[in-house]
Amino acid sequence: MAVIQVERKPLTFAERTYVPQIIAGLVTTWKHLVRRKDTLQYPEQRPAIPPGYRGVPTLVRDPNGREKCVSCQLCEFVCPPKAIRITPGEIPLDAPHAHVERAPQAFDIDMLRCIYCGMCQEVCPEEAIFLQQQYSMSGYTREEFVNNKARLYELGGTLPDQHFKWDKKKSAEERGNEH
Amino acid sequence: MIDFYLHLHPLVQGTLKGLAVICVIFPIAGVCSMAERKVSAWIQGRPGPNRAIVPWAAWIPFIGPFLQKLGVFHVMADGGKMLFKEDSLPGHVNKFYFVLAPIIAMMPALTTVTAVPFGAYLDEAGRVVPIALANVDIGLIAVFAVASLGVYSVILAGWASNSKYPFLGGVRASAQLISYELSMTLSVIPLFLWVNEPGREGTMGFARVVELQSNPGFWGGAWFVFVMPISAFIFMTALFAETNRQPFDMPESEADLVGGFHTEYGAFKWGLFFVAEYSHMLIGSGVFTLLFLGGWNPLPWIPLATLVDWLGVTSPILVGLLSIVIFVTKVLALIFFFMWIRWTVPRFRYDQVMEIGWKKLLPLSLLNLVAYAIGIAVIQS
Repeated sequence: MAVIQVERKPLTFAERTYVPQIIAGLVTTWKHLVRRKDTLQYPEQRPAIPPGYRGVPTLVRDPNGREKCVSCQLCEFVCPPKAIRITPGEIPLDAPHAHVERAPQAFDIDMLRCIYCGMCQEVCPEEAIFLQQQYSMSGYTREEFVNNKARLYELGGTLPDQHFKWDKKKSAEERGNEH
Repeated sequence: MIDFYLHLHPLVQGTLKGLAVICVIFPIAGVCSMAERKVSAWIQGRPGPNRAIVPWAAWIPFIGPFLQKLGVFHVMADGGKMLFKEDSLPGHVNKFYFVLAPIIAMMPALTTVTAVPFGAYLDEAGRVVPIALANVDIGLIAVFAVASLGVYSVILAGWASNSKYPFLGGVRASAQLISYELSMTLSVIPLFLWVNEPGREGTMGFARVVELQSNPGFWGGAWFVFVMPISAFIFMTALFAETNRQPFDMPESEADLVGGFHTEYGAFKWGLFFVAEYSHMLIGSGVFTLLFLGGWNPLPWIPLATLVDWLGVTSPILVGLLSIVIFVTKVLALIFFFMWIRWTVPRFRYDQVMEIGWKKLLPLSLLNLVAYAIGIAVIQS
């Protein structure tokens, strides 16, 4: 690296009195004083969350209201801080989505452990778990920070689905699996 | 009512007047601490404290929320907190002087106001009579003499705290005060040379200074800030140093001295230091307004008597109130200027403070004095 010698000019008389600099500073601060404020009034006003934001992990339903998770437990295995705990369960035979066969019986995410890495979302073959836009978790007890299945679906809601994988599978089955 | 008051013993009258003035200064000093928070917030692009509200105010439409946004109720919250939190007394301090220091801080701050006139009314003959607790001829000297006692509280607090940072703060305060007191006094001498023209009874009072700024004509009505800008500049700079305001707040200097002289203080004792600082600022701004900004005259070249003539107000009480409003407006504008400077200019280094004081302001004020003395001698002889 070449050494660049910076020429240090001696201060002019005006600069040594500080006065022009102080006046320039006063003008700057005055502009800030009358300008629109930068801050949001937080609980009432919320910041706009950009798409792709990794907030609290949630479970989602497909547009038909079917829970997408099939309790394959990949997210549980991949989760670095072991925040996810799944109890697999079966779908009863008389249910409308019986052909999916499996759904979680219990699905707990411990938000005191979660590191918001998004690996669960990345690994999910069913696109059932998403890190959505909720960024603020608060509670009074440790138990409140464990999101159970009901809470996860409540937070997640319904997201649009491009594939309808299981519906296609069912209709193909009904047509006798031609090909 | 007025007759009853006028028949009271002069001592009782004086006490009542004094209490009335303190009852105005103390809340203003409290509100100034709020204003400081708001101004700093606005300059930093924040809205500032705007949450606290008392229930009865929330019922008033528009005004209630407006006051809430201005942070008015935070003054009460701050004051209440200051009063009721635990007033701790560290074990290693000299307890007597530790408690004495904030009390001493308040005394000069509230004593100087006696000599400062804060308004005027017109008597039957149409003469302007200043309103003051004591309209004495030694006015400015009294203010200077008592105001500089304020530094004793800082030194005492620093020493009694028995801890190195407060001690350093105290030492700095004393050195700084001595350095700037000189230029401050020298800067107003030309003004009083001009005021005490030959053949008149000598005075150091403020009334005469304001009177000279309310005469007809171009030079008669010009405020002294236009006639003696260098004096005004030096006085203003020294005022910043005297009141320990940024960029001269060496004694506090929270970056290098923790909290300076009040590091060991908390709760109400700390609050007293704060109120004393703002009271000093109020008195200092008042003195600056009287000396250089025309006192109770509304605008340059428009004296109070002319304004009263235009408005057609004759009652002395109304005129007095009007003049007090004008005066207090100017003082508050100056306080805002103090705050504006505080959030604009970074703190000088200690050696810079000394250099500015001794090598720049002092020679400048001496030169200014000599130049104006010659000029005044030529004009008045």
